[in-house]
Amino acid sequence: MELVCPAGTPASLHAAVDAGADVVYCGFRDATNARNFPGLNFSRDELRNAVEHAHKHDVHVYLACNTYPQAGIEHIWHAAIDDAVAIGVDAIILADIGLLRYARDRHPDARLHLSVQASASNEEAIKFYHREFAVRRVVLPRVLSLEEIAYLNSRIPVETEVFAFGGMCVMAEGRCSLSSYATGESPNMNGVCSPAAHVRYEERDDMTVSRLGDFTINIYDQDEKVGYPTLCKGRFRAMDKSGYLFEEPTSLDVTGMLPELAKAGVTALKIEGRQRGKAYISQVVSAFRASLDRIAQGKLAEQTSLNTLSEGQSDTTGAYRRGWQ
Amino acid sequence: MTKSRLIMGPVLFHWDENRKRDFYAQIADETDIDTVHVGEVVCAKRMPFFDKHLPDVIERLQRAGKEVVLSTLALVMNSRENALINEITQMPDLLIEANDISAAGLLADRPHVIGPYINIYNESTFSYFESRAAKRISLPWELPLSSISQLCETRKSAEIEVQVFGRMPLAISARCYSARAQGLHKDGCRYVCGEQLDGMEVATLDDAPFLAVNGLQTLSNHYVELSDNIGELQDAGVSAFRLSPHSLDMMEVAQLYRQLLDRKIDAGELRRNLQEMPLQMAFSDGFLHGLPGAELRSTLGQRAE
Repeated sequence: MELVCPAGTPASLHAAVDAGADVVYCGFRDATNARNFPGLNFSRDELRNAVEHAHKHDVHVYLACNTYPQAGIEHIWHAAIDDAVAIGVDAIILADIGLLRYARDRHPDARLHLSVQASASNEEAIKFYHREFAVRRVVLPRVLSLEEIAYLNSRIPVETEVFAFGGMCVMAEGRCSLSSYATGESPNMNGVCSPAAHVRYEERDDMTVSRLGDFTINIYDQDEKVGYPTLCKGRFRAMDKSGYLFEEPTSLDVTGMLPELAKAGVTALKIEGRQRGKAYISQVVSAFRASLDRIAQGKLAEQTSLNTLSEGQSDTTGAYRRGWQ
Repeated sequence: MTKSRLIMGPVLFHWDENRKRDFYAQIADETDIDTVHVGEVVCAKRMPFFDKHLPDVIERLQRAGKEVVLSTLALVMNSRENALINEITQMPDLLIEANDISAAGLLADRPHVIGPYINIYNESTFSYFESRAAKRISLPWELPLSSISQLCETRKSAEIEVQVFGRMPLAISARCYSARAQGLHKDGCRYVCGEQLDGMEVATLDDAPFLAVNGLQTLSNHYVELSDNIGELQDAGVSAFRLSPHSLDMMEVAQLYRQLLDRKIDAGELRRNLQEMPLQMAFSDGFLHGLPGAELRSTLGQRAE
């Protein structure tokens, strides 16, 4: 399986290449990608240099252009696609149908991948994107079980890429307006979820309150580790009980199921985290490289020691195991 | 200006059979509603409960002169649901609403409705669906008025629809949060989502109303209420207005919006009447104004929530 690794900066891209990535994915420094965070992402020149460096090491580069253009300013996204093709990236990751059509019409030879933000979670949807826009690969939404992925792979004419490690949306990606309900900014429109500009921490007696926009997302006792207030990982009150209604603050880690994913016909594994630093990227990519190499030699993957890097320091296999639902 | 179409959206909640049958029977007798959606959008597990009544319900509504639209699932996750979409989209003589790309792709050669769960944010995507036989396009809840206006300018033939009343669907998941809140798994959910007619109230730890859970779906706590901007929407070119069903008297709600669309009452009067109805509702219109969706700009003389 191909190892697809994140890079939010040129330094992270170098780290990923050194640590054994097969592919590095990144985005331009604007609203055209789903990690539109301050201080992150690549200028045109930086991407050009990055592609040159990666190609020298036989590593591919994918460009994520996976937000939904707002009406009236589609040209910003069109320019991102044109420039990525000119720079020579190996694939462009898209979600919006208007952009898929633009890319297919203008750049018939470009390799197009369907972003997880398109939420193509079933055979008919994937066949549609293949038929209409000749996408070659689909990044599967984190709503499918391993059995469902295996079945899909037996039915569709395109490659699949699945999330292997990192932050985990519990909602179907690209179908979620929770962030904009609280802050006015969403993954689809702005490339951000629960953006930092809307986050506040308040001390209250002996507790720390984390807030997003006007809403309290969590309240921590002194002995609890304070986390970032990602909306769906918050503690809320329902049915006279308080708790993590949607999901605990956990991260995804599929190390233990790599052989099963390979057997299910998955082409590529994706590490989440373009917002992470290069030390994190090095550590995660190296661990996955080692696991994949062991499996390639017919050995079992050892459980990695990555859980100290996980959000909330616990991890889950998410929807891949049906028990999660 | 063409006459505005008033639409009763699909029932998003797991109401019991009798409640749903009564609901559709009332609509059949109600002249203010032009179009009514039937069908399950949120969870395939609920479908067997009402599928047996659907042919009768559809027939009765059509006989009463209503345009009937069969809405389909917003999240299609396995081979069984995929087969279901294939089956539904082959049903003849019925207008079908696609809420996932699977259905949209299969409906491309016949008139259909593109539902608000399909991501349409810009002119190119709008035109794509319009050129593929979408006769009406219901826009996502998140769109600001500036985007809606741009899409109206792009429009060639499709009607443009906006939801003007009811809780807004914000997210959908493989996981059932109604079941999870009661310590249950989706496979053994005991259909606890049916216990709350308008969804399970979710508050922050500071007891501020925040969200409403409806099985796999998470909705806003606040009810979108766009009466104060309906004139602007009409002027921009929006011609279809969706009410999302709740447990209050939806016929009275429909009557109010009909009068507003026909400019017989104003937004203030509509809002006052809504507030007197026996259901605790906080209103919002933030998305339309490019603000957080939970915010309310048009307070119409009422206390802001």
